[in-house]
Amino acid sequence: MRTPLLLIFAIGIIAAVVSSCQSESEMLYNRYYTSGSLLYRTHCENCHGVNGEGLSALIPSLHDSVYLKKNLSKLPCFIKNGVGDPIVVDGKIYNSKMPAQSNLSAIEVAEILTYVTNSFGNKMGLIDAPKVNADWNNCN
Amino acid sequence: MRKLLYLIAGLAFITACKQPDKKKLPIYGNRQPVTKTVDGKTEVDTIYATIPPFKFVNQYGKTITEKDVAGKIYLADFFFTTCPSICPIMQRNMLAVYNEFKADTGVKILSHTIDPKHDTIPVLKTYADKLGISGDSWWLLLGQKEEVYQLAEKHYLVAVNDKGAGGYVHQGWFVLIDKEKRIRGAYDGTDKKAVDQLIADMHILQQEYK
Repeated sequence: MRTPLLLIFAIGIIAAVVSSCQSESEMLYNRYYTSGSLLYRTHCENCHGVNGEGLSALIPSLHDSVYLKKNLSKLPCFIKNGVGDPIVVDGKIYNSKMPAQSNLSAIEVAEILTYVTNSFGNKMGLIDAPKVNADWNNCN
Repeated sequence: MRKLLYLIAGLAFITACKQPDKKKLPIYGNRQPVTKTVDGKTEVDTIYATIPPFKFVNQYGKTITEKDVAGKIYLADFFFTTCPSICPIMQRNMLAVYNEFKADTGVKILSHTIDPKHDTIPVLKTYADKLGISGDSWWLLLGQKEEVYQLAEKHYLVAVNDKGAGGYVHQGWFVLIDKEKRIRGAYDGTDKKAVDQLIADMHILQQEYK
């Protein structure tokens, strides 16, 4: 009587441990996303808003998944060097300057981008530091 | 019968709670006691600090003076169109105030640029259009730099200067002015909660004049 109960208990524990375990890539993603949400608050939120809503026709929203996906490899450059040329987001033209955040490291930019491209209705997965570094080499 | 008594008692409580709340806003700024003689008796009166006359131009190129806010309550703040730091969040919050009062001709919003070199009238007009504001309830004002800075620091009690790392330093206060041109409140324009309080206080201030 005692043995089966113990067995069930043991199986239960093992099942709980296994299911709570995250794969390594999931853990990495979560780490990027969480750090990114904090960095977003400090560096991006004043302008782009708590929900990435932007500000009228002055500051673009971060909701346009199509734009983000199409310009994914340019986004690290946008953050590092700012944006001067007009861009079209959500079908609207934005031509105000975005200030450069040149003091952010590759990992910080990667964390911010992982947060932005997986929030506000976007779902694009992990953007890691090597990817940001590679994109930086191709900035105009 | 007993039920009826309970009902009456209950109603009495409810109506007792519905007494209008006669809350008044404080009056800020320096004040001076003034002694004067009225009908042979000496009386002490208080003179409150008020906003002095001013002359600016709004985003439509129209001259705006203190006469344009006579008999109105208004909000004053300071910004510049290329401001990357606190301005967008201030404008987002000010938009909430604008939307609440835009149909009310007794309320105005006066946003003064602290960068008159860059923020010319066409720049201010474009900015207003992009912000999505129209009509005459929210004015973006251009003036002599010295006049704007003086007014900000000496009268609206908001610190501004052009010696910051990003070009300009300024505080994000929304200052509430009553019909007598006295300061009745100052609210952190970067804080959504403070701005909600501001909107509530503006309704309270309007009640004073009813």
